[in-house]
Amino acid sequence: MAKARVKLQKSDYSEEVEILSNRYILMNGVKHEVSRIKFDNPISGTVYGTLLNYKGSLEALKGKIDQPPYNEPPKGPILYIKPRNTFSSYSNPVPLPTGIPELEIGAALGIVISKTATRVKKEHASDYIEGFTIANDISIPHESVFRPAIRHKARDGFCPIGPWVVSKESISTPDSLGLRVYINGELRQENSTSNLIRSIPRLIEDVTDFMTLSTGDVLLVGVPENAPLAKANDQVRIEIDEIGYLENTIISEEKLSLEGIL
Amino acid sequence: MKRARVAYAGAIHPASEYHGQLQLADGRLVNEQDVVWLPPVEPRTVFALGLNYADHAKELAFKAPEEPLAFLKGPNTFIGHRGQTRRPADAAYMHYECELAVVIGKKAKNIKKEEAFNYVSGYTIANDYAIRDYLENYYRPNLKVKNRDTCTPIGPWLVDAEDIPDPSNLAIKTYVNGKLTQQGNTKDMIFGIADLIEYFSSFMTLSPNDIILTGTPEGLADTAVGDEIITEIEGIGKLVSTIVGDDVFTEIGDRPHLNIHNGRD
Repeated sequence: MAKARVKLQKSDYSEEVEILSNRYILMNGVKHEVSRIKFDNPISGTVYGTLLNYKGSLEALKGKIDQPPYNEPPKGPILYIKPRNTFSSYSNPVPLPTGIPELEIGAALGIVISKTATRVKKEHASDYIEGFTIANDISIPHESVFRPAIRHKARDGFCPIGPWVVSKESISTPDSLGLRVYINGELRQENSTSNLIRSIPRLIEDVTDFMTLSTGDVLLVGVPENAPLAKANDQVRIEIDEIGYLENTIISEEKLSLEGIL
Repeated sequence: MKRARVAYAGAIHPASEYHGQLQLADGRLVNEQDVVWLPPVEPRTVFALGLNYADHAKELAFKAPEEPLAFLKGPNTFIGHRGQTRRPADAAYMHYECELAVVIGKKAKNIKKEEAFNYVSGYTIANDYAIRDYLENYYRPNLKVKNRDTCTPIGPWLVDAEDIPDPSNLAIKTYVNGKLTQQGNTKDMIFGIADLIEYFSSFMTLSPNDIILTGTPEGLADTAVGDEIITEIEGIGKLVSTIVGDDVFTEIGDRPHLNIHNGRD
């Protein structure tokens, strides 16, 4: 039975739970239906995203990579930050900005860091992992990845995370987890963390070589190629093997402002 | 008022400037050499601007951007006044960048530039070091260049906004081992403070202790281990940092018998 940590909306503390199935969890000895639980984002630290870490996402740039402005393939891990204003949780609406027809859905496995990690060797990477979660790394579609894309990636509500952090002991092979994106129930994307360019231990080694990760920080391993697009009122569900699913609905920013949510 | 956060005699204290000394919140008066200076605010979301001075953009052979070129920084990179900044042995060109740092004082969404200064709590100085060897053309400049541990000294003071009547006309200077190497003025920003607050708040909510590092003018130079770098902004203060080499940092792997315990283990 998978052990996980959840944070509820009106609690200051995380709760340890057992995941019984996709529908039920055991919390403080009581069985609860997942759809009735008010989850908060379980993350307390900084969330870092990794660009172009799926083999297919780099292949999709083929033909462009040797041309300006890129000139050559990336060497180091390319990272970005999803700042706190982007944080959102399971079942919270994702705001669709006025004038933007569709959002790009970024299905990402999140590595949750358990203790200060500086210059960690890949053989020891697992010692620094609390567990794994699911993030929807939302972007306004943008073709160029030459300049940082804050305006496209750092908008309010653009990073739902959850519903929980599954302990690393409960995940058999983090470097081979299937992930699927459904929009309104229809399967729109399927991939696996076995297609990462930098595996999880390697990514931790290369990132902590120059920047310290702290307790509660999250490193998103990357977003697979051909990210599906979602429009207003679409229900988006990201599933990752052995973790569960994260579900959110895209709602127009204007409607959310009127409801006082934005 | 000039405010600081310092460690002194076993605790962390808010402090303020008092006739050349520091007055701790509990009343103690101490010398500025006797404290450990921390970043004057605990940074929340930190924005940094690239190519925001026309002369500097030209120096780097870029044309001035039409939209602010901004990236974000994580908490790992910040250190206080008189801290040590690490220069890796393989770096061929590591330069300082003296920047006016604007601290946000209250929640800001869709703010027009005419109102923007109402959302500023104060100003400090940042030295946004960059190692040009690590530049790549993906989300450039990327975190390996701009978010390294110890590479963003900030401070010494948070100066209240009301004490800086015209933040858009402040002299900027950098000294390397006492020699003046960089000179500019905040009036030469391409996107001014109010423009930047309008821009960022148009697509995201800004919150107290968010910080905008507004970019650096021309006059960059390489630095070497042992150099003392002073970045100075008129009316705000002088931020000192020292460049140190890899030898100062013990590799954890080199000391297998040393068991470092932290976090939840």
